[in-house]
Amino acid sequence: MNPLIDNLGPLAQALGTTLLMAVVAGVGSIVLGVLVTIARVSPIPVLRAAAFLYVQFFINVPLLALLLLAVFALPDAGILLPLTPTAIIVLTVYEAAYVAEAVRSGVNTVPVGQVEASRALGLTLWQSLRYVVVPQALRAVVQPIGNVMIALAMNTALAAAVGVVELTAEVNKVNLVAAQPILIFSSAGLIYMAIALAIGLAAGWVERKVAIAR
Amino acid sequence: MTAQLIPDRPVPARARRQKRQYGASFIYDVPGPRGRRNILIGSIVSVVVFAAIVGLGLWQFAAHGQLAPERWAPFTEWAIWQYLLVGLLGTLEAAAIVAVLGAALGTVLALGRVSQVRWVRFVCGLYIEIARTVPVLLVIYLMLFGLPQIGINLPTLWKLVVPLTIANAAVFAEIIRAGILSLPRGQREAALSLGMRPVQAMTYVVLPQAVRNVTPSLVTQFVSLLKDTSLGYIVAFTELLYRGQVLASYLHLLIPTYVAVTVIYLVVNGSLSAFASRLQRGSRRRTSPQPVLPTLPAVVAVEHVDDGTDSTKADHV
Repeated sequence: MNPLIDNLGPLAQALGTTLLMAVVAGVGSIVLGVLVTIARVSPIPVLRAAAFLYVQFFINVPLLALLLLAVFALPDAGILLPLTPTAIIVLTVYEAAYVAEAVRSGVNTVPVGQVEASRALGLTLWQSLRYVVVPQALRAVVQPIGNVMIALAMNTALAAAVGVVELTAEVNKVNLVAAQPILIFSSAGLIYMAIALAIGLAAGWVERKVAIAR
Repeated sequence: MTAQLIPDRPVPARARRQKRQYGASFIYDVPGPRGRRNILIGSIVSVVVFAAIVGLGLWQFAAHGQLAPERWAPFTEWAIWQYLLVGLLGTLEAAAIVAVLGAALGTVLALGRVSQVRWVRFVCGLYIEIARTVPVLLVIYLMLFGLPQIGINLPTLWKLVVPLTIANAAVFAEIIRAGILSLPRGQREAALSLGMRPVQAMTYVVLPQAVRNVTPSLVTQFVSLLKDTSLGYIVAFTELLYRGQVLASYLHLLIPTYVAVTVIYLVVNGSLSAFASRLQRGSRRRTSPQPVLPTLPAVVAVEHVDDGTDSTKADHV
């Protein structure tokens, strides 16, 4: 009788798609975001400018517009990938800008003396970034990155608007048949809350693990 | 850099500008000849790589006839832009309503979150946690399909505005709460000891300062909210992205239309973001003025040494 139980199979599959998108785009955006931050603090002016423009672009353009552009418009130019990978790529490059902003604020928390000490020890620029700056910067921004990841998990719902069959799209489909919107959408809301809670708890756990006493 | 809690003199304007420009300039020394050569090589390599990427993209577009002038010609006509700008008006209208309602509700929630009464704190905290962790799209669907079922039918504008307000109020509440918590407790205590009631202390002393401290975050959140109004595309509210989509399917020019829409969003939000970062710089100066200390002879001597180089360089010596 319960429409959610009747459609457990497709719903589980849709939840799987949501989780897949969140995990792949999450890992991708953290990696890309750190690379963008490194470009942003590098001594090469061209890289700094490019990283700055990258962040500004994605922070100021709505994700939905980018999804529509990538899914509906780019095939006109012969750039055609399957639907879910396209959505994952757009999510990755979009959230990477937010990760880069978070990591940059972490870089600013690294005391100047740390870098000066690493230079005094003779570390090259790359070594002092790799062994001194980035590890400390990342430790300082575990919570902010966790918040970006939660936003990313919420944003996977937008992929429903371009036709990816993930959790929101699937419950919408179930609702069109069963017409019990309040029950169905609230349950989906609970699942998203559980995902966000899991990310929040994971971020808290990681933060305790990597915390450095100062 | 030695720790200098109370600076002897304000940092010269020139040095401050340079610091801002470099962001994290402290990471590297002023480059020597070899460093400069490496930077030059790096610049050339990255320019070549970027040029190659852009070139490949343009080549791909050109190969599919996307760069043909007739595909972009409609966008030289004012009528097309006018059509899109009417959409932008809708976007701004929705964003303004959400901002006002969200900020009002957010303030109430923030006050509830720091209230002395336990259950008020709990209820507000619960609302904030729920509203922050449920996708707006899901709330929109719930309103779109749920409300008509119980006999409420809202105009299109409100189908967009209500879910966005629900979501953004929680974020505004968190921002304002952060502002309240960032104030020294002495502010409230001083107000209370002057004989103000707790409500008066909140409205006249704590809240104005708290809001001023978090103004940049509020503007940033407004940018994010303006982006969220693109969800009007789902509820068929006449905003920029929806108009863009209608125009794209009418003209059969998908790429040029979406590029134009993206550019409009970029211009509007970019200027708002720039405004936010200006506020951030401005407010820092306004709230913590440089203490003016009497100039001591010894300090003057130090200044003299500093004068030749600029202070960012001096930091690295």
